[in-house]
Amino acid sequence: MGRLAESFWLNCEIFLLTLLFALPLGLIISFGSMSRWQPLSWFTKTVVWIIRGTPLMLQIIVLFYAPGLLGWGNWWGSGTSGRFSAAVVAFVINYSCYFSEIFRGGIQGVPVGQTEAGQVLGMTKTQIFFKITLLQVIKRILPPMGNEIITLIKDTSLARIIANKEIIMMAQEYSAKGLIWPLFSTGVFFLVFVGTLTLLFMWFEKKLDYFRI
Amino acid sequence: MAILEVENIRKSFGSTEVLKDISFSLEKGHALAVIGSSGSGKTTLLRCLNFLERPDGGVIRVNGDILFDSKDPNTQRESEIRKKRLHFGLVFQAFNLFPQYTVLRNVTLASELLEKERRGEEQATRIANRGIREYALELLDQMGLSDKVELYPHQLSGGQQQRVAIARALALKPDILCFDEPTSALDPELTGEVLRVIRSLAEKKTTMVIVTHEMAFARDVAEYVIFLDDGVIVERGTSQEVITNPQEERTKQFLSRFSQN
Repeated sequence: MGRLAESFWLNCEIFLLTLLFALPLGLIISFGSMSRWQPLSWFTKTVVWIIRGTPLMLQIIVLFYAPGLLGWGNWWGSGTSGRFSAAVVAFVINYSCYFSEIFRGGIQGVPVGQTEAGQVLGMTKTQIFFKITLLQVIKRILPPMGNEIITLIKDTSLARIIANKEIIMMAQEYSAKGLIWPLFSTGVFFLVFVGTLTLLFMWFEKKLDYFRI
Repeated sequence: MAILEVENIRKSFGSTEVLKDISFSLEKGHALAVIGSSGSGKTTLLRCLNFLERPDGGVIRVNGDILFDSKDPNTQRESEIRKKRLHFGLVFQAFNLFPQYTVLRNVTLASELLEKERRGEEQATRIANRGIREYALELLDQMGLSDKVELYPHQLSGGQQQRVAIARALALKPDILCFDEPTSALDPELTGEVLRVIRSLAEKKTTMVIVTHEMAFARDVAEYVIFLDDGVIVERGTSQEVITNPQEERTKQFLSRFSQN
């Protein structure tokens, strides 16, 4: 049980690091795809299409092995830390693309009248974004974000494909020795984690319940 | 002297010419009603005054200062426009209140941000903010909303929301207050309370440009009326002249649709 918990910590690390980097990066990508400068928006949309259009598992493998195979040297260093970094980078790229689409939907969903009201009141673009648009966007994207983030914690197990010792890999190793309980305990770990996330999102939605959009 | 002078404003969207050479002026303390059917360019005209659209040609002057000149790129820089648009206030058809803020905060937000920008200094700002708050409460009192200041927009009726929007526009003390069909999104019962507020502003000699479909209201409140059709000013004059006794055939046709009800 203790060793299962230890390996689940790896899943949690990937989860937290992905959120930490993919949320801001996703926002930047969403600005790119909404850019009025056509080349940028086309480029961004193509990247998002490729990342969302191919399996995350494949992306992890490619990112880990490609530098070596292409003769660009060893990007990821050796040992577990290299495998871990490669997995995290793959997750950040993949999830920031999904997040960017959620952000885009949320931002475009705010009526243009809100921006115009800010403009005629002499606000700058930055003030309009942070003082008016942002909270409305957050309220709007909370449900789809909840979905995506719940998927993320379960996806972290894909990191095993480049031999990161995450919880499902460990559980499988134990069960190969003839034990069934590690598989069930693993399920419980995820259930508890997702349950906590769900409560967190419910609380957050309730917090923003004081206004309507 | 005219507070507002508009000369030869032109605006096209693609190949559609929405405003064709519009010129008019307005005296301080007067109200101007702009009437005309949908698609005649009324709203676009108002949006040009508020820099939400950039005219393709023409000059806009306030108090004799050139705010916009299509031939002078210096008047079209974003940073310049932001300061200049404060000469105008705009009340939207759809209110566009900020849903996440209370009524009071909706009214004070822009003033506080401007104050912060102007001074930056903590202490000075705190005193100034108290002034801003007091002025906002005074405006909301004038709008008959003293008991609603801590509510959120969704807790108000449409008429109340529009009165908040009027207070919000007034909070920045604009030279000219513009209304874009302020009652078109309201039930007939709620229209009256908003029109009453605008009427009281007229009595206090607020300079206003009002785009409206309420003909009786335009006749009673506005000193001058412009009838816009297909991007052209077809008829202009005092409200009595244009609404009660129109000369142009097109104006008569338009107004007859209102007198029928």
